[in-house]
Amino acid sequence: MAGHLKRAVAALAFGAALAGFAGMAQAGKTLDTIKQRGQVICGVNTGLAGFGAADSQGNWAGLDVDICRALAAAVLGDANKVRWVPLNTQQRFTALQSGEIDILSRNTTFTLTRDASLGLHQTAITYYDGQGFMVTKKSNIKSAKQLNNSSVCVQAGTTTEKNLNDYFRAQKMKFKPVVFEDFEASKKAFFSGRCQVYTTDASGLASIRNKDAAKPDDYVILPELISKEPLGPVVRRGDDEWFAIVKWTIYALLEAEEYGITQANVEQMKGDPSPAIQRILGSGEDSGKLLGLSKDWAANALKAVGNYGEIFERNVGPKSPLKLPRGANNLWNKGGLMYAPPVR
Amino acid sequence: MNSVPDHPPPAPATRAWSWRSRSFRGLVWQALTISLLLGLAWFLIHNLLENMRVRGIQSGFGFFSQPTGFAIGESLIAFDSQDPLSRAFLVGFLNTLRVALLGILFTTVVGVTVGIGRLSRNFLLRTLCTGYVELFRNVPVLLQILIWYFVITDWFPEVSDAIQPVHGVFLTKSGMSFPVPVFHATHAWIAAGFAVGLALAFLWRAVARRAFERTGLRPPVFWPMTALITLVPLACAAFGTPIELDFPERLDAAIAGGGTVTPEFLAVTIGLSIYTAAFVAEVVRSGIQSVPWGQTEAAHSLGLARGLTLRLVLLPQAVRVIIPPLTNQYLNLTKNSSLAVAIGYPDLISISNTTLNQTGRAVECIAVAMAIYLALSLATAALMNWYNARAAIRER
Amino acid sequence: MSAIVHAPVPARPAPALGTGVGAWLRANLYADWKNALATVIILLVAARYLPAIYQWAVTDAVTARDPNACRALAHSGACWGVIAEKYRFILFGRFPFEEQWRPLIATLILVGLLVVSALRRFWRPWLGLVWICGLAAFFTLMHGGLLGMSAVESARWGGFPLTMILTTLGIAAALPLAVLVALGRRSHLPAIRAVCTVYIELVRGVPLVSVLFMASFMFPLFMPSGYTPDVLLRVLAGIILFAAAYLAETVRGGLQAVPAGQYEAAAALGLSYWQMQRKIVLPQALRIVVPGLVNSFISTYKDTSLVTIVGLYELTGALGLALRGDAEWRQFYFEGYLFIGLIYWIGCFAMSHYSQRMERALHTGNRR
Repeated sequence: MAGHLKRAVAALAFGAALAGFAGMAQAGKTLDTIKQRGQVICGVNTGLAGFGAADSQGNWAGLDVDICRALAAAVLGDANKVRWVPLNTQQRFTALQSGEIDILSRNTTFTLTRDASLGLHQTAITYYDGQGFMVTKKSNIKSAKQLNNSSVCVQAGTTTEKNLNDYFRAQKMKFKPVVFEDFEASKKAFFSGRCQVYTTDASGLASIRNKDAAKPDDYVILPELISKEPLGPVVRRGDDEWFAIVKWTIYALLEAEEYGITQANVEQMKGDPSPAIQRILGSGEDSGKLLGLSKDWAANALKAVGNYGEIFERNVGPKSPLKLPRGANNLWNKGGLMYAPPVR
Repeated sequence: MNSVPDHPPPAPATRAWSWRSRSFRGLVWQALTISLLLGLAWFLIHNLLENMRVRGIQSGFGFFSQPTGFAIGESLIAFDSQDPLSRAFLVGFLNTLRVALLGILFTTVVGVTVGIGRLSRNFLLRTLCTGYVELFRNVPVLLQILIWYFVITDWFPEVSDAIQPVHGVFLTKSGMSFPVPVFHATHAWIAAGFAVGLALAFLWRAVARRAFERTGLRPPVFWPMTALITLVPLACAAFGTPIELDFPERLDAAIAGGGTVTPEFLAVTIGLSIYTAAFVAEVVRSGIQSVPWGQTEAAHSLGLARGLTLRLVLLPQAVRVIIPPLTNQYLNLTKNSSLAVAIGYPDLISISNTTLNQTGRAVECIAVAMAIYLALSLATAALMNWYNARAAIRER
Repeated sequence: MSAIVHAPVPARPAPALGTGVGAWLRANLYADWKNALATVIILLVAARYLPAIYQWAVTDAVTARDPNACRALAHSGACWGVIAEKYRFILFGRFPFEEQWRPLIATLILVGLLVVSALRRFWRPWLGLVWICGLAAFFTLMHGGLLGMSAVESARWGGFPLTMILTTLGIAAALPLAVLVALGRRSHLPAIRAVCTVYIELVRGVPLVSVLFMASFMFPLFMPSGYTPDVLLRVLAGIILFAAAYLAETVRGGLQAVPAGQYEAAAALGLSYWQMQRKIVLPQALRIVVPGLVNSFISTYKDTSLVTIVGLYELTGALGLALRGDAEWRQFYFEGYLFIGLIYWIGCFAMSHYSQRMERALHTGNRR
């Protein structure tokens, strides 16, 4: 009898422990968690050169990656305190919803459905993109209007997949989708000749053509863009402070470009008499305090990765392998769409 | 599933009831288990609901009636991207069934051949079949599917230089095209004649069996049956029923006409069939070997030839041993068809995943896909139990 | 009177010689016309294709790490150079390059543990202790962060060590669960029996891919917010739950093979349920189950290739990782597939033969 009693007690204790565990593991605010952990956990692409890709040494680079670096610098004062979690299209939202990552910076399009039903908050747009098509030069196709009855490689679960369908419907054309879960598999299928057409965001096409193709000149990106694809980092719902931090860090990077603050001249600009610059760099008014950050949050971010223009040039701009024009991603006062609310 | 647990005989009850009695302790244990499980379930569901509420994730199965919004590469039924998601799931389910049924057909043919081949007296054939089994069952099926897919999409030529192994069959990167018969009004009559012939053939078999049991004489069965079955189709063919095949043709950038299967479908079907056939071969071999050697000797001493021994003595006994594990292999094949997701064949899991990504309803999508597979498995298992009960040797 | 005519049947020829090369050839290659036909066909096919395969794999193959030479072949010969160039990436994934001796040693430890456990002479209680030490060494080596080794987070583990640890931990953790579930399924308590039966049939009815997707996408939603084990652990949990259901059926087979007299004798001695299971039933049942256990190990070993679908880079995933980003080598996937196929094959083949040998060796005592 005693033995049984002991075992019954043990079983009960186990159940109680389980219940206690449930109560204990409530998360704090994202910012507190990050500070406590000493690391920002950033969800990035599994490998899209120019936006988020690791070299064979495991060093990450890209526009999306630099946003996370800037964030780590702003929050923790050290741009290297980031843990990178490469995610594919299926994993990305679950990883964010479940709290596995703090921020999803993975060329993700902002849409109503995602904002309203997935438990996500879309922060600020870091790249204005549109969906395009890529074909082989051999095919002699010059326009998307000539794509009737072609087979198209596309990645499952993306806005691209749905746009593709909408476009062909609107044009009264037919196509055969070859849909892959895996980005890499879809690229491989296109290069092997399984599909005549590859479709994704135009920036992605440029990345694939210039970094993944054996001979980039064998492939042509068609001129038509069939959709709006505003890309930017996404955070979890329910934490407005963290949402604000991400948003304003991006705005600070943009505004820094507007005022001519670069990675190289941050320190020297701190002495600049302009109040706007002083606000950004924390040498005047303390803008960091309102966000729960240190005074020089934006200066740290800028020191780590430079302003938005520098990030763009380094990763995707005309001098990078992707050779993308600044276009719509230029500042508002230079003919682009990038317009940051004032940091004040 | 199919056996009643033979638990140890219960100890004789000395008293009607006591705190220490076996039945009371049993009750306590069961209550503990159930409450622990309920607690666990509550814990999980509570978290789920809480997580969904906090993050504003929507739930419910209503989204199944919304328009799909994405296109599906291949489908057995008409499908348009404006159709509801439930129809997309149906398309996926039918695609899974298509791979499973064709795979089961091929795997049975190859598996039985290889299995019997392993028992051949011919050394080369035996070695070849053993080699087949050892080679294909020891490499993960996912890898095999990936290899087939790579070979088809990378090594096969473009449409412009399609391979034509047989007249009318084209092999290219975009799949296989083959001739299909064109339906003609008279074909319905041929089909009817064929069906009648089939029925008559089986009737004759029954009659012959009865005659055999009564007289001990064996009336001819094989040739009359063949004749009855093939009579009408052959006669029609001979008297000029139009048999027209729709041959695929090579155009500039595509192959048009005929039937076409995609590389994804080909790779999944070939990969699954070849992998599972190695297991089926083992099932068949061990089934035949499970029949005691004495049966073979007895058959020989009765003067039965080798072929007749196999057909009349060994196989009927072996089949009882073979069928249950064989069904298991068929089920495995069906479940493994979910690996199609790795190469983009739109099967059930693939459609469910795409839907999951487009709508964010992870729980609902995965639950529906699992429930469908489960229903398939349980139905097969039930059928199996019924067969087992029927086919079991009735001993004295 | 009628004469009885004595007409002897003519003597039959003496039976053919049963031994010797000639007899063997006849019996095995051309015993009758069908046999001879099969022999001829196989020889013809072999003569047609074997030289071509040999030429592809050996004569025309390129072993140098030169992608241009490989491309020049245009698939008329194998490009083994891709393996020479990428084998470390394929075997160890994204593990830091200079530190790859760590996963190498860790894998050797794991393989060594498995080999030692396969030998009956080491089936002693201290083997459990050796396992704990071995696994601790494995994780220390892989994770680092002490003894001057840099820390490597589990996201960068990959290749063969990941395949091995998923398999080993998967089976090691599944076994106790499987024993409990198998006992439960044979229990006389209806509620426990029902729970165990439902679990087994539920898991065996769905594909592993869906279990992995569940572990990967759904599981985090079922956890309290803020608590999310990393994807490796979640996938491992999925594998364990999946393997345990299959293993439970194997164990149940072993339990059923223990003669009823053993149960009766144990009951007559007055042993309690758990005493009976621990001292009488399980030692006998688990012995019988060893071959089935090895077969489960083989299945799990092969099944780990599926985790690449949910984004873990074990052997199959690491191959993709190594080749896909490299435009120079990307077209030589086939050789890469053959390479990892060989690794899988060696493991499975060795284990399946071990399992067959074990089956014969262990079968002696329980034949009834």
